[in-house]
Amino acid sequence: MDLSAINPVLLIASLMVAATPLLLAAIGELIVEKSGVLNLGVEGMMITGAIAGFAVSVETGSPYVGVLAAAFAGAALSLLFAFLTQFALANQVASGLALTLFGLGLSALMGQGYVGVRPPEMARLDMPVLSDLPVVGPILFSHDPILYFGIALTAGVWAFLKFTRGGLILRAVGENHDAAHALGYNVMRVRVLAILFGGACAGVGGAYISLIRVPQWTEGMTAGIGWIALALVVFASWKPWRALLGAYLFGGINVLQLNLQAAGVAIPVEYLAMSPYLITILVLVIMSADKSGAPASLGRSFHASQ
Amino acid sequence: MTGTLLSIRGLTKAYPGVVANDSVSFDIQEGEVHALLGENGAGKSTLVKMIYGLVKPDSGTMTWQGDPFAPPEPRAARATGVAMVFQHFSLFDALNVAENVALGMENPPPMRDLATKIRSVSENYGLPLDPDRTVGDLSAGERQRVEIIRCLLQDPKLLIMDEPTSVLTPQEVEILFKTLNKLKSEGTAILYISHKLEEIRALCDHATILRLGKNVGTCIPAETTARDMAEMMVGDTLHTPTRSAKDGGAPVLEVRDLSLASANPFGTRLKNITFTVHAGEILGLGGVAGNGQDELLAALSGEARSGSDTITVKDAPVGHLGPNERRALGILAAPEERLGHAAAPDMSLSENALLTGAIRENLTKNGFVDWASTTSFAERIISAFDVRTPGPASAARSLSGGNLQKFVIGREVLQNPQVLIVNQPTWGVDAAAAAAIRQSLLDLAAEGAAIVVISQDLDELMEISDHFGALNEGRLSDIRPAIGLSIDEIGLMMGGADASEGAAA
Repeated sequence: MDLSAINPVLLIASLMVAATPLLLAAIGELIVEKSGVLNLGVEGMMITGAIAGFAVSVETGSPYVGVLAAAFAGAALSLLFAFLTQFALANQVASGLALTLFGLGLSALMGQGYVGVRPPEMARLDMPVLSDLPVVGPILFSHDPILYFGIALTAGVWAFLKFTRGGLILRAVGENHDAAHALGYNVMRVRVLAILFGGACAGVGGAYISLIRVPQWTEGMTAGIGWIALALVVFASWKPWRALLGAYLFGGINVLQLNLQAAGVAIPVEYLAMSPYLITILVLVIMSADKSGAPASLGRSFHASQ
Repeated sequence: MTGTLLSIRGLTKAYPGVVANDSVSFDIQEGEVHALLGENGAGKSTLVKMIYGLVKPDSGTMTWQGDPFAPPEPRAARATGVAMVFQHFSLFDALNVAENVALGMENPPPMRDLATKIRSVSENYGLPLDPDRTVGDLSAGERQRVEIIRCLLQDPKLLIMDEPTSVLTPQEVEILFKTLNKLKSEGTAILYISHKLEEIRALCDHATILRLGKNVGTCIPAETTARDMAEMMVGDTLHTPTRSAKDGGAPVLEVRDLSLASANPFGTRLKNITFTVHAGEILGLGGVAGNGQDELLAALSGEARSGSDTITVKDAPVGHLGPNERRALGILAAPEERLGHAAAPDMSLSENALLTGAIRENLTKNGFVDWASTTSFAERIISAFDVRTPGPASAARSLSGGNLQKFVIGREVLQNPQVLIVNQPTWGVDAAAAAAIRQSLLDLAAEGAAIVVISQDLDELMEISDHFGALNEGRLSDIRPAIGLSIDEIGLMMGGADASEGAAA
């Protein structure tokens, strides 16, 4: 066992990478749930985004086009969910589960020709001076652009919910859809847009795994990140910064346990592998002691009667 | 009055199976308070929703100050100058006052300016309100202020109020009327929907009466008796509840020194409640909502258990028993919240009848439901209490509030209780149905049951109760004979100015 092989700088830098797919999916789902919709299809939208992004990147040679394609693919799949739950008024839990299963199958089908292919690499940002700083440089200033996009998105969503009229309307719809309707807001439109946003975010999160974090395509490679994202939203009390914190915690412990495995620590691998899930849930349960954030209309179908 | 503000001609709206409005016509003058009267289901709500742009009429026209007016959505109606205070408040519990107000405005100013505006308007109209408070923590009266201020900030020319006083205390009603009179003096027209005829007589200049979607007449409320208006509404002679004189029976329900923490973290703790109800007696309990009414009902029905001796029925201790055991003993209760507490919204009327009636009506045999007798029990309630519904298979949710209220009260009354506890028995129920419910309670008492009526409606309590008490912060005032109590005395009892001091003075 050789703990000195673990480089703390690399550890922190790679935990940010490990956390980003989770963060993207969670922020998307946070907006969806704030509008009062529970979309359990995050995992399915992520894996669909992962293969769509991967395939388009390989075909076009541009990872950026791939990420865009992933956002479209995730949004397209979520449109199916939006149709089922907002127009056909289907049960949201069942529709979300179906979406996940559908996404997993669809991605396996789409990915048949791409196993073992290497995707084009996304250039890391190279900021003059900043990236060359010791310690801080590798940790903060030499990542790929999508990672920064994830943090910016968190800030943007936080500001949107807190300061803008659009955010207020979104929260109002999630809080009491009957009242929002009575005041003349289009509940269905707000929710469909939120669902599409959530789908696009999940898609980008998936593409981040297949293009940057791993980077290759294997079936079922999202490995439950979508489910963790769902739990994260709840435990973060529907607050964007807490979601970021939770995602980094999960990413951090995940990277740490991989390092510990590599260093040959005398703890069975199975325990190490389950530790990120366990510790994330523990910490978030403690954090979520205030139950204030749950949107009151979450998961309830809205039908404008009379 | 300078002219006609809104003129409605031949407005018709039909839903599958029912014509909600059948060519309704009337005019609202500028600066008048116009009452819209009608029973539950007479089409009042549909009519105002058409004015507010939430519902499109099938035919008919509206004219606003001489110009055609057909708002496609509430936004357009608000832009024209129509504002509406909803019966079930259209508020968002998790948001604060300022955010709630902003959501009802077309172009809200930045939050800081809005907070200042809310403060100034609320002082101006005598409706104190803190813009930073979360709406979920406000009382019903304060919530209504949020709605009213939301409307006032848009300088409406027509303010629609859908049953605004049904959830208010007498003091809050007084404040509301002052505000409305002030608005009227400033030239705002008000369309006022209410069941409470005395209020309409006190406040309104004209009244339009709807029955089954048709305009059946207009009157000047100040010159018409409440009884005449009620009869126009019902289209029939109104039976006021009659009570037969009775002698004091034996004590049935005795509550001794009941103290109980509330199950709800925001609830009120009951403190040393003591009272006795005799056979054939109706005890009316008043008090502003949230002073322990729900908790007292829970303690009496068995939802919340207490020490066995704190509650006795005919000298048998029952405080430790659960609801079903108490039902078996003939102690029944009808809580205030119709959907969710008194009835399961998505279950049929038969199923709801079974839920509380299973024990006393023997609706189950060896663990199996006897559907034939359950359905006939539900049908008995429907016919005895004139519940308007297609049949016992309809979901509870599909009934209008007043009809469901008749059903949930009827369900308990028909089980021949020895003790019946009801909370807000006629909340949101029209005059005819309310009279029927009150009569059924009086009849039940005449047969020897002990009845506790918890209500916000003082007129109702004075009409039916033999004794009166008031709840204040979980304490019960002295119980006094209802006959001869003055409004001032009641006010003191409700305000918690200790009734014993009042009696000693």
